[in-house]
Amino acid sequence: MPEFIAENSVGIVTSKHHHFDTPLELESGRTLLEYDIAYETYGELNSTKSNAILICHALSSDHHAAGYYSLNDKKPGWWENHIGPNKPIDTNKFFVVCTNTLGHCKGSTGPKSINPETDKPYGPDFPIVSVKDWVKSQARLAKVLNIDKWNAVIGGSLGGMQVMQWAIDYPDQLNHAVIIAAASKLSAQNIAFNEVARQAILSDPEFHKGHYYEHGVVPRRGLMLARMLGHITYLSDDAMRAKFGRELREGKLNYGFDVEFQVESYLRYQGKSFVDRFDANSYLLMTKALDYFDPASHFNDDLSLAFRKTKAKFFIISFSSDWRFSPERSLEILKSLTDAGKNVTYVSVEADQGHDAFLLPIPFYQDIFSAYMKRISNITPSLCQ
Amino acid sequence: MSIRTDHQFISEWVSHGSRVLDLGCGDGSLLCNLIENKKVCGYGIEIDPDNIKKCITTGVNVIHGNIERGLSDFDNDSFDYVIMSQTLQALLNPAQLIEEMLRVGEQGIVTFPNFGYWRNRLQISLSGKMPVSKTIPYQWYDTPNIHLCTIKDFEKLCKDKNINIIQKTFTDNHSQSGFLLNTFPNLFGKLALYHFEKVTP
Repeated sequence: MPEFIAENSVGIVTSKHHHFDTPLELESGRTLLEYDIAYETYGELNSTKSNAILICHALSSDHHAAGYYSLNDKKPGWWENHIGPNKPIDTNKFFVVCTNTLGHCKGSTGPKSINPETDKPYGPDFPIVSVKDWVKSQARLAKVLNIDKWNAVIGGSLGGMQVMQWAIDYPDQLNHAVIIAAASKLSAQNIAFNEVARQAILSDPEFHKGHYYEHGVVPRRGLMLARMLGHITYLSDDAMRAKFGRELREGKLNYGFDVEFQVESYLRYQGKSFVDRFDANSYLLMTKALDYFDPASHFNDDLSLAFRKTKAKFFIISFSSDWRFSPERSLEILKSLTDAGKNVTYVSVEADQGHDAFLLPIPFYQDIFSAYMKRISNITPSLCQ
Repeated sequence: MSIRTDHQFISEWVSHGSRVLDLGCGDGSLLCNLIENKKVCGYGIEIDPDNIKKCITTGVNVIHGNIERGLSDFDNDSFDYVIMSQTLQALLNPAQLIEEMLRVGEQGIVTFPNFGYWRNRLQISLSGKMPVSKTIPYQWYDTPNIHLCTIKDFEKLCKDKNINIIQKTFTDNHSQSGFLLNTFPNLFGKLALYHFEKVTP
């Protein structure tokens, strides 16, 4: 339980959802006949509907981006550092929406939801959904919420990929695209990590080819391993050294395979707590969406061509020690945008926390993020716009 | 905000609606001026965090980067003008960057404090010390200006690198014309401004 809810928190929030009856044709060629989208909102939509911000979440986070569900909540939403009154995404000024992606497990339709055609959980039969599909479903939710144009679509990591897709697919429906710690496609190394994570889940005896719900079990070990592996890629070598070093849990070596080093204890804890809040089938789907993302592939493998029809102004942020999506990957996006003559600002933040840095309140990061958001919240555009 | 004199001259040289890259763009005021008055489309490259924040606040497209590492993120002939205002003298390798400017841009514009200005010469010859002035306000040991040059030096570099000077102008504190300034720019020009291009073979 939080001792008190800080004044600059959005406070107690509730998860909302909308049911869609209109079938959603997916990139894979399959169709979702009906589906739910879970979402949260913070702040108020102004009368001209010009202050709406869409937040896109990453692999393991969800639509609970800020605030607390109750006073008993141990932790706030995943981007509490950045969303709230007087924070970079200032809820006094903006109406903030964050949706749960399709195929996820926190309220939007996904593998553990009941398939209306069989009255059983979809399980492994849930269609593979792509970043493009997510964006399409978010655009439908925007209509429901009466938002014709987002002032900004913002996301980190896999969320940043959704932002790029938004700018490409709906050029008239956003003013600003804020892409943080992202890449325009995964590298072979990125895909390799995802594959090991998937194999950990698929080879767990309790996975039952994805039908584990019917067996009343969960592929705990597989999902835990997948998360442990993921966590290593989110931190930098320096961050791990600083946080754990070679510190021993009991102060001595035990010459066995139980937890000895603090880093082992940390990873096991992260893995275990993830199993309680995440669905293995959803994890498999999310990693596939990451692997498949490659907007340039529809444009002759020319990312600049993919951005040609975009109208948004872009803001790209990278972090120096991020090796999952390194600054070089952000520079690829930047180059495609400058080649296409688009408005773009790029900042590389010096930070030793690795990929996770995008979640953290790093002063320079928050400073430039606030400056950007403050400017775009002005009704009268600056001279240089 | 008053417009810096060198910015005013640069603005006169840049044509309407062109593509501009500003190296070491500072707080973005030159780009802002060019966007406002010449409707250019452009980017600034800047390394200083405070300046980057100022650019973001004004809405100038700023790219966080170190121009000393070259301009490899830009293809050949990506811009009509590549501008470098009062930064040349602080570079580790000014000649290399001038070549880079003319690789990614059709034309280049640089401005720099003329080390041959008479007061500098007087300070060095009379006091025997490195000159310190309003334009070059540093002691020799803490100056970022590691490659100061004179107007003659710069023109020799252009000649050596086969660079064609399209136009140039010089200012002292008060004006851009005057008999002394026009006749002996290397002695009376405080700030030098050059607009140049690569000689096509």
